[in-house]
Amino acid sequence: MSAPTLDRRPTAGEEPGAPEPAATGSGNPLGWKRGTGHRGGKLPYLLVLPGMLAIAAVYFYPLYRTVVMSFQDYRRRHLWSGDTPDWVGFEQFTNVLSDAHFWGVAAKTVIFMVVCVTVTIGGGLLIALMMQRMSLVVRLMVTAALVTAWAMPIVVATSIFRWLSDSEYGLINILLSKIPGVDFRGHNWFIETWQGFSIVALVVIWGAIPFVAVTLYAALTQVPRELEEAARLDGASALQVFGNVVFPVIKPVFTLVTTLSVIWDFNVFLQIFLMRGNNVEPQYELLGIYSYNLAFQSQSFSQGTAVALITVLLLAGVAVYYLRQMMKRGEVE
Amino acid sequence: MSNAITTIFRRGAHSTPASTPDGRQRLRADRKRPTRWYNLAGLMVFVLMAFPVYWMLVSAFRPGREIRSYDQTLWPSSFTLEGFQAAIGSNFFWTSVRTSLIVTSVTVAAAMVLALLTAFAIGRFRFYGRRPLLIILVLVQLLPPLSMLIPLYLQINRMGGLNQYWSLIVVYTVSALPFTVWMLRGFIINIPRELEESAMVDGCTRMGAFWRVVFPLIGPGLAATSVFALVNTWNEYLLAYVIMQDNERWTLPVWVMSMTTQRGTNFGSLMAASVLIALPVVIFFMIVQKKMAAGLTSGAVKG
Repeated sequence: MSAPTLDRRPTAGEEPGAPEPAATGSGNPLGWKRGTGHRGGKLPYLLVLPGMLAIAAVYFYPLYRTVVMSFQDYRRRHLWSGDTPDWVGFEQFTNVLSDAHFWGVAAKTVIFMVVCVTVTIGGGLLIALMMQRMSLVVRLMVTAALVTAWAMPIVVATSIFRWLSDSEYGLINILLSKIPGVDFRGHNWFIETWQGFSIVALVVIWGAIPFVAVTLYAALTQVPRELEEAARLDGASALQVFGNVVFPVIKPVFTLVTTLSVIWDFNVFLQIFLMRGNNVEPQYELLGIYSYNLAFQSQSFSQGTAVALITVLLLAGVAVYYLRQMMKRGEVE
Repeated sequence: MSNAITTIFRRGAHSTPASTPDGRQRLRADRKRPTRWYNLAGLMVFVLMAFPVYWMLVSAFRPGREIRSYDQTLWPSSFTLEGFQAAIGSNFFWTSVRTSLIVTSVTVAAAMVLALLTAFAIGRFRFYGRRPLLIILVLVQLLPPLSMLIPLYLQINRMGGLNQYWSLIVVYTVSALPFTVWMLRGFIINIPRELEESAMVDGCTRMGAFWRVVFPLIGPGLAATSVFALVNTWNEYLLAYVIMQDNERWTLPVWVMSMTTQRGTNFGSLMAASVLIALPVVIFFMIVQKKMAAGLTSGAVKG
């Protein structure tokens, strides 16, 4: 990749003070790796140090504290006193796991995630496929709408859907009442749990589809047109062309997008929180909200961190799978 | 047979990808008829995706008596700014603007400095421990926010950081790092190393080459990345809600939500407020959206 004559230039010249212990004795005495740059002595470590310290302080330390607190009993009085809470072993976990409410919450979280991911990915893929086939003007319109929806802050998106589903003057009720024989005037969407979750799912899906559609559309443009045409000439149906020609090409991107959606939709928090005016009833608790309510409403912080830790463990497998996909694509190089 | 040959020939003549921006491929006779149906479906997608935003805009300008009525037309009978006046005139709007501006600007500046240093090291050097670092940057982005919120709140509380700008700034800066480093790395990889090397042959030190060669070239990438950090910081709600309990220290998203009270919501002014806080974000986002996608994918092309 880089010019070989430059590659041979000794590195010692640039950093007289920094010897390169890593390179000596290896088959690569100058410290250069073919086409990928060189080790750079101490310099890269100095450069990454501030960022890494910051990440350690704001990501790793809290994560460590989450683990520690889950084995303690941290309550309201410890907020101000500063003395170490009692160690209780696995008590928080046995309490949480033996609670029927927790299992209800966990089941709801999984169902909600599956529904949201299915609709988001299915809809996104459909939109991406259609975008390939529509005329330029329509495609630009669709792209503009997608990017606008993508850019909406969650606070704003949730406010809009709160307004649309308002029981008094919300547009959804107005429109439904226009159907003869149907009266939705004053209908409160949040009395029935599944109806409330439908509205929340609408916000989540509306906000998530743009990313999926735009990313998959970009992947679709990489499919060689010759392959598709050859398959069609050989008599393949549209479905066969998609399954045997198009999908294999976009599969890596498809897998990444799906995995990310699983993680994001599993962690849905803000849409529910804001939809219920910062005060979420137990019936609308998903794992994130449940953890928040335990910590900040019931002031039993250790129970909250225990639920959060269980969530981390549940998602760890998905996260590792995502990482492996990234590595396969050569992004972690 | 001849059909296939002409197709191949045409493809060879200008080997454009399946969807050229100019849509030339679309005009072929055999594709014309179905295109009409796809256009129709496309218009439906457009309406579905754009409608909520349209409804926000229309409701923001709609007169109050029409908001509280059962026959809200698709197009208001008249336009008014009373929703905006109510929103701007409501309590704590200006203090929230100040807080949001302070927190966002400091965060973006700090995040860019830290991210640029880290991304340069990762993009240019093959140092020991670089791969684990990349893995950490990926994994950290996947952590559920709630797994950190509780200890962060307790820690900030203990350090006296409640209602302080610095606590938000610190957490926001670091939360922006993993993604901004990742994006900047993509841009840095795309700057030919040879440019730096020739600068160093001409007598620059490594950091000298960085400041004189890489830094000027990274401009567009830096702009795109900082907009990303800006949008995320501007929009953040949960931590600001937990940390900034003092009304005078609200950020704008917290202020917007404060318009919902136990007694109900004035949706006209809520929509006006939503327009106000979404507008800068949407404009910035539109400008850099293309570049952002480029930054995300460029890392995949070169190692």
